[in-house]
Amino acid sequence: MLSRAALSRVAPALSHVRAAPSLAARRPAFRSYASEAGHSMTVRDALNAAMDEEMMRDDTVFILGEEVARYNGAYKVTKGLLDKYGEKRVVDTPITEMGFAGVAVGAALAGLRPICEFMTFNFAMQAIDHIVNSAGKTYYMSGGNVPCPVVFRGPNGAAAGVGAQHSQDYAAWYGQIPGLKVVSPWSAEDCKGLLKAAIRDPNPVVFLENEMLYGVSFPMSEAAMSDNFILPIGKAKVEREGSDVTVVAHSKMVTHSLEAADLLAKDGIKVEVINLRSIRPLDIETIKASVKKTNRLVTVEGGFPAFGVGSEICAQIVESEAFDYLDAPVERVTGADVPTPYAANLEALAFPDTALIAKVIKRSLYRTN
Amino acid sequence: MASLARLGPRLAQRRLAPFASRRLQTAADSTQLHQDTPSDGAEPFTVRLHEDSFRGYLTDAPSLDAEVTKDGLFKMYREMTTMRRMEQAADALYKAKLIRGFCHLAIGQEALAVGLESEITKEDLVITAYRCHPFAVLRGGTITGVLGELLGRQVGMSNGKGGSMHIFTERFFGGNGIVGAQVPVGAGISFAQKYLERPSATFAMYGDGASNQGQIFEAYNMAKLWNLPCVFVCENNKYGMGTSAERSSSNTEYYTRGDKIPGIQANGMDIIATAKAVKYARDWVLAGKGPLLLEFVTYRYGGHSMSDPGTTYRTREEVQRMRSTQDPIRGLQRYIEEWGVATADELKKIDKEAKAVVDAAVEEAKASPEPLLKDLWSDVYYPGTEPEYLRGREREEVHYY
Repeated sequence: MLSRAALSRVAPALSHVRAAPSLAARRPAFRSYASEAGHSMTVRDALNAAMDEEMMRDDTVFILGEEVARYNGAYKVTKGLLDKYGEKRVVDTPITEMGFAGVAVGAALAGLRPICEFMTFNFAMQAIDHIVNSAGKTYYMSGGNVPCPVVFRGPNGAAAGVGAQHSQDYAAWYGQIPGLKVVSPWSAEDCKGLLKAAIRDPNPVVFLENEMLYGVSFPMSEAAMSDNFILPIGKAKVEREGSDVTVVAHSKMVTHSLEAADLLAKDGIKVEVINLRSIRPLDIETIKASVKKTNRLVTVEGGFPAFGVGSEICAQIVESEAFDYLDAPVERVTGADVPTPYAANLEALAFPDTALIAKVIKRSLYRTN
Repeated sequence: MASLARLGPRLAQRRLAPFASRRLQTAADSTQLHQDTPSDGAEPFTVRLHEDSFRGYLTDAPSLDAEVTKDGLFKMYREMTTMRRMEQAADALYKAKLIRGFCHLAIGQEALAVGLESEITKEDLVITAYRCHPFAVLRGGTITGVLGELLGRQVGMSNGKGGSMHIFTERFFGGNGIVGAQVPVGAGISFAQKYLERPSATFAMYGDGASNQGQIFEAYNMAKLWNLPCVFVCENNKYGMGTSAERSSSNTEYYTRGDKIPGIQANGMDIIATAKAVKYARDWVLAGKGPLLLEFVTYRYGGHSMSDPGTTYRTREEVQRMRSTQDPIRGLQRYIEEWGVATADELKKIDKEAKAVVDAAVEEAKASPEPLLKDLWSDVYYPGTEPEYLRGREREEVHYY
C-alpha cells in the first residue's frame, strides 16, 4: 500500500517516460552523428534547450540555484528561462548551498522534479551530505517507498586560472555512491540528450558539466534537434574507431583525446576513443569490447589520480576477462596529485593536454619516437 | 536623593519581576474546566489552559481557551498509552538483543506526536530526525511495521532495510539520521506544497541539539524569504545527547531564533496545550503568513539512545521528578477522570488493550521472516531504471537486474 502511494507520486512523470518512443527505436538515428543537416549548437545552448524542453513538457520540473533567474545564470546556462517560465519555476536562491540542496531534495520527495544548479561543484561540497545521504539513500532506506527524482547540475572540474578551491573534479566522489547516477557529458548532443534523461530519471542524478566547454559548438544530428531526444544514462559512446589502442575519457578530456588521436593518425596509429558519458553506471562492457579488439588501454581524466575514475576502470578491467587481452599495462593519464596552482605554467603541468595524452598512448604501444 | 538612589534598584527589580516570573511551565495537568461537560462525546467544550502554557515571539501567544471533545481526549489517551507501550516493547526487544544498532525512544515525549497528529490532516506532511517511531505509526504506519523494522524483518515499514531511524509513510518523510539535515528537506517539502498549490502545511521537526546546525538557519531564511507553509518544530527535551541546552545554545529560547520568523513556545507535556499550539501553527501557515517556529518544551525519560543510561549529565532525581510530576499521560488521565470523560476502570481497560495490541504486534513482527536476500539489491534505483548489474563483495558476486 505504501509503495503504491509512493508510486503515484512519480507516476505522472514516469508515464511520460513510458510514452516516449523507445530508445532502441531511436538509436539508429543518433548514431548518424554527423552534421549532414548542418545543425550545430554550443554546449551552453544544448543544456538550456534540454531544460527548456523538459520544463515545457512537465510542470513539476523547476530550477533553483544561485543567480539562475534574473542574472540568467552565472554561466548563462539558464538564460531566458525566467522570462519564459516565471519566478515560480526559475528560483533564485540565496548563497546557501546546504540549505537549497536540502530544499531541492525535499521538493523531490514531495512530488516535484527539481533541477538544482550549483554555480560550480566546488561549492556543492557544502551540500554533499544532501546529495549523498538525503538524495542518494532515501529510496533504499525507505524500502522503495520514497523516490527522489532530483538533478544536481553545474560546472565541474578545472576551469582556467581559478586556483585550487575552484578547480576540482568530483566524478570519482559521486561515482562511488550507490543510489546516485553520475553523468559527465562532453558534446552538445551528450548534454542535451543526457540532461533530458537525467530530468526524467526517477533517481537522483549528478550532472557534471565543464565550464570550458560551455562556449564550444558541436554538430547536432537531426535526431538531437528533436525535443524528444534522450540518451541513455549508463552508455558510453565510441567517438572514434580504431584498432591499435583504446583511450577512455570523459568531459573535456574527450576533446584532448580526439586531438591526440588525430596527431597519432599521422604516424599510422589507429586510436579508438571512448567518451564515457556516464560515470555511474560505468559502461565497462563497451570498454572491455574495445580492449579485446585493441589489446591496449589508456584512461584520461582531469581529476586527481588517487582513487579516481581511471583507477576504477583499471580495477574493473583487471577483474574481468578483458585482462587476458591486454598486451601492455593499463596507463592512467590524470590531473597531478597537487592542489591546482594559479600560475599558468604550473597549472599547465597539473592537467593532461593533447601532447601528454599522445605521449602516453605511444608509450602504451611501446613507441617512444 | 540618597533615598531615591536606594529606591532605584528596587524599582528596577520590581519592573523586571513580572517578566522573570513569566516562565513557561510544563505541568501536564494544569488545564482547568469551567463548565459542565456535554454528554455527547463528539460535542466540543472549552477548557482553560494555564496562563504560562505559551509564550510568543513577534506574535501573540495562542489564546488559553482550548476546545476539546470527550472522544478526542479518549483517543489521545489511547494513542499516547499505546505509543509508550510500543517504545517500552522496543526497549525490551533491544535489551533482549533483538534490535541492532541505534534505537532512540520517545518515552516522555508522547504528547508531541499524538498532539500533532490530532490537529493536522492527511494532506499535511511531517519530517523529523531519528526519534521517529510514534510519528511513523500515527502518520499511516502500524506498530507491527515499526517494530518489524526495528527487528529488521520483512514486515518492517522499510522492509527491514531502514532500521529504527528510517521509517517513512506517504505523509511522513522519516526518520532521518543526519542531525539537522531533515530541516531544509522539510522546507523543500513545504516548497512543493506551495508550488503545487496544496492548502496544507509541513511540520519540520528537530531537537534542541540539532538547533545549532547552520543549515537550520539556512532553511529558516529561505522559508521566510519565500513565505513557505512550514512550521519549524523544535522538540526541546533539554538535552542533545548528553549536552544540556544551556551548554549548547547561547540562546535557549529556541522559539526566538528565527530572526524575522515569529515563534511560539508551548508546554509540550500537557497534550491540550500541545494540540492547541499545533492548531495555531497550522492555521498560521495556511493563512499565508509564512513560516512559524514552534518550540515544545518536553522531556525524555530515557537516555539519548539505548546505549545511554541518561544519568551522567542529569540527576536521577531530575528524571524522577519529571516522571512523577509532569508526565503527559498521567496529566491527561487526570483530566479524563476529573472531567467525567471516562472512569479509572475504563482507562485501565485501555491500558490493557494497548498492552495487548503491542504484545500482538511484537509477536507478529518476531514471526515475520528476515528480508529476502535478493532485497539487498532492490530499491537502490527505481525499478526499470537500474544499471544492468551491481557488484557484490567480490567480482563473482554480481546482481543482474
